[in-house]
Amino acid sequence: MDQKKSTLDLFHDLDLATELRLGLPGSNDQPEIIKTSLSGNKRSSSEMGSSTCTDEQESRFSPPTKEQVVGWPPVRSYRKNILQVKKTDSDTGSGMYVKVSMDGAPYLRKLDLKMYKSYEELMKGLQVMFKCIIGLYSEREGYNGSQHVPTYEDKDGDWMLVGDVPWDMFISSCKRLRIMKSCEARGLGDCV
Amino acid sequence: MFPEEVLEHVFSFLTSHTDRNSVSLVCKTWYEMERWCRKRVFIGNCYAVNPKVIIKRFPEVKGVELKGKPHFADFNLVPEGWGGFVWPWVVEFAKGYPWLEEIRLKRMVVSDECLEIVAKSFSKFRVLVLESCDGFSTDGLASIASHCRNLRVLDLRECEVEELSGHWLSHFPDSFTSLEVLNIACLGSEVSFSALERLVARSPKLKTLRLNRTVPLEKLSTLLQRAPQLIDFGTGSYSAEIRSDVYSSLKDAFSSCKNLKSLSGFWDVTPAYLPVVHSVCSQLTSLNLSYASTQSPELTKIRLVVLDCIEDTGLNTVSMTCKDLRELVVFPSEPFVGDAEVQLTEQGLVSVSQGCSKLQSVLYFCRQMSNSALISISKNRPNLTCFRLCIIEPTVPDYLTLEPLDVGFGSIVENCKQLTRLSMSGLLTDRVFEYIGTHAKNLDMLSIAFAGDSDLGLHHVLSGCDSLRKLEIRDCPFGDKALLANASKLEKMRSLWMSSCLVSFGACKLLGQKMPGLNVEVIDERENLNSLPEYAPVE
Repeated sequence: MDQKKSTLDLFHDLDLATELRLGLPGSNDQPEIIKTSLSGNKRSSSEMGSSTCTDEQESRFSPPTKEQVVGWPPVRSYRKNILQVKKTDSDTGSGMYVKVSMDGAPYLRKLDLKMYKSYEELMKGLQVMFKCIIGLYSEREGYNGSQHVPTYEDKDGDWMLVGDVPWDMFISSCKRLRIMKSCEARGLGDCV
Repeated sequence: MFPEEVLEHVFSFLTSHTDRNSVSLVCKTWYEMERWCRKRVFIGNCYAVNPKVIIKRFPEVKGVELKGKPHFADFNLVPEGWGGFVWPWVVEFAKGYPWLEEIRLKRMVVSDECLEIVAKSFSKFRVLVLESCDGFSTDGLASIASHCRNLRVLDLRECEVEELSGHWLSHFPDSFTSLEVLNIACLGSEVSFSALERLVARSPKLKTLRLNRTVPLEKLSTLLQRAPQLIDFGTGSYSAEIRSDVYSSLKDAFSSCKNLKSLSGFWDVTPAYLPVVHSVCSQLTSLNLSYASTQSPELTKIRLVVLDCIEDTGLNTVSMTCKDLRELVVFPSEPFVGDAEVQLTEQGLVSVSQGCSKLQSVLYFCRQMSNSALISISKNRPNLTCFRLCIIEPTVPDYLTLEPLDVGFGSIVENCKQLTRLSMSGLLTDRVFEYIGTHAKNLDMLSIAFAGDSDLGLHHVLSGCDSLRKLEIRDCPFGDKALLANASKLEKMRSLWMSSCLVSFGACKLLGQKMPGLNVEVIDERENLNSLPEYAPVE
C-alpha cells in the first residue's frame, strides 16, 4: 500500500505547469498521435545540440529513410558484413547470363557463367544441359575426337574455341556460346 | 529441523539460480547453508552488485556467469565505452576465488590483461565462454592457451577479436590433451592449420569443433578424420572446385562421425558439396545454414537456422519433414534492401506452425505480415514460449487489411499462455499493449520498436505484465507519466532500456532520487545536458 501511495506522489511531484505532452511547450494543442518513427536524424545530424527546440522536434518526428535508422532491422553487424562480402565476391551480383546455342537444337538456352569456376565445371554443365558429350580439350588439338565442340563469341565479335585463354579472361570476354558439331568445326582446329 | 548435512545434500540438487535464490530467502539457517554450498553464481547485470559482495556471500563458487551491456548493444544503440568491463570482477576473483573453474561472459568488454590474469590465477581453470564480447586480441587467447593446463572449453561466440596473429593456437603445449570444446567461428583471419590439426589430433575428448571461415573445405576431411567422436561440428568456408577426390574423402569423413548431432558454418556454399552431409542428416538435431544462401535439403532436426533464401517453399518442406522441430530462426539475406527478391512471406511461418507440433521458439525476419496469419500461428501453436517477429520495414500494417497488427499480436499473447519472450514489429497502437498487459502474465522479456501512441501503452505493460523483467523500447512515444507511475515495478525488473522515446531528463533525475534502489542512467550524446530544459526529451 505504501508503495502505491509513493508512486502517485512521485507523479504529482512533477511540476504540472510543464506537464509533458507531445506538443511544443507553451502551445495548447492536443497531442498528435505519432505513427511514424521518431528517430529521424539522430546520428547523422551534427548540429543537433545547437538547434532550437522546434527544429529538433520536427527532425525527430520525420519518417526516417533506411540509412538514417540506426540499428534497424536488428541484425548484428557481422551478419551485415558477411552478406556484403558475398556480394563483392560475385562482382555484378546479378549473374552473367549468356545465350547458348547447340547446332541442331530447336531453341537456345541461357547459362549463368558466374555459377562456374573453371572450364571443367562449365563443360560438365553444358553436357548436362544439352545431353551431349564434349570431350577433353588440348591446346594442340582443340576438341579433336569429340562429336561436339564448344565455341564462343568474344567482345570483338570473333568466334573462338573455348579453352584457349585463362578462365577469368574467358568470363570477361564471352558474349555467347555455341556448341558446334565437330564436322563443322574443322576450320577451328587442325586442318585435315 | 534437518541436520546440515541433509540440507546440504538436498540443496545439491538445486541447480537453477532462481531456485537457489528462493531457498536462501526461507530463513537465516537456509540462507547460511545455501550460500556455503553454492557452486555457480549467475549475475544478469554486472552493475547490479559489487564483486566483493558476491565473493563474501558465496565463498565456494567454482563457476561465474556475468552479463554486461544491454541487448540493444548488439544493434549499435549503445555508445562505445559505455561499460560492461569485466576487469574489476576478474581482479576480485583472482583474490577471492583461487579455485575458480569456469567463467561465462556475455556482452562484456574483456581486455588481454584480463585474460592474462585469468590464465595465471586459476590453476584449475576449465571453461571460458565469451559470448558477444570484445576488447581482446589473439594475444589474450595465447595467454589462455599457454597457461590453462586443464582447459576443457574455449568458446568464442560471436566475439570481436583483434587478430594479430594466427599462431596463438600453437601456444597450447604438446602435453595439453583435455580440450572438449573449441569454437573459433567468429575469427576472420587464418589460424595456423597445422597447429589446429595437431591440437585436434591430441584431443580425444573433443566434442565440439567450430571452425572459422578461413579453413578451406579441402582440409575438412583431415580434421574430421582426427575427430570422429565429434558431436557438434562447424565447417569453414564450404566452397571449392568440384573434385571427386575431395568429395569422396569428405563424404567418408562425415560418415564416420557417428555421434554428430549439430552442424553449422557453411559459409559460401558450393551446392554440389552439400550431399556429403546427407549421411548424417537423420541424426542431426541442430542445423545452422544461416550463412548459406542456397536452399537446404530435407533434414530432420530440432533447431534450424537459415536465411530467407529458404523461401516459403523450403519452409513448407520443413513443415512436412521436420516433425521434431523446436526452434526456427530465419535471418534476412538482404536486410537493407527494400524489395526482396526472395519469396519468403508470412506463409512460410504459418506452414511451419501448422506442421511442426513441437515448435516453441521462433525468430523470423520477413517483409509482410497479416493479423490473420498471426492468429493462425497462435491457434496452431499455443505452446510457443518465444516469439520474435521482425518485419523489416518499420510501422508496416497488415498487408491485407492495412490495419495495425494489434489484433494479431494480441492473439499471440492470448493463446500462447507460456510465452516468456516477445519481440514485435509492424504498425502497432496502444491497443496491442492493452492485450499484452491483460494476457501476457508469463512474459519475461519484451522488445518494442516504433510502436504505440501514448504513455498508456507503456502503462499497460508495466502494470499488467506480472513476470516482466527485461523491457527494451526504442522509438516509441512513451514519456514520463507511465514510467513514474510504475516506478515500483521497475525495482522488480532486471533492466529497462528506452531510447528515442519522450522521457525527459527531469523525470530521469526524479526517478533516480525517489528510487535509490534503481540504477538510472542517461545516455545522451549531445553536450551540455544540464542546460537542456527539463522537459526536453533525452535520447
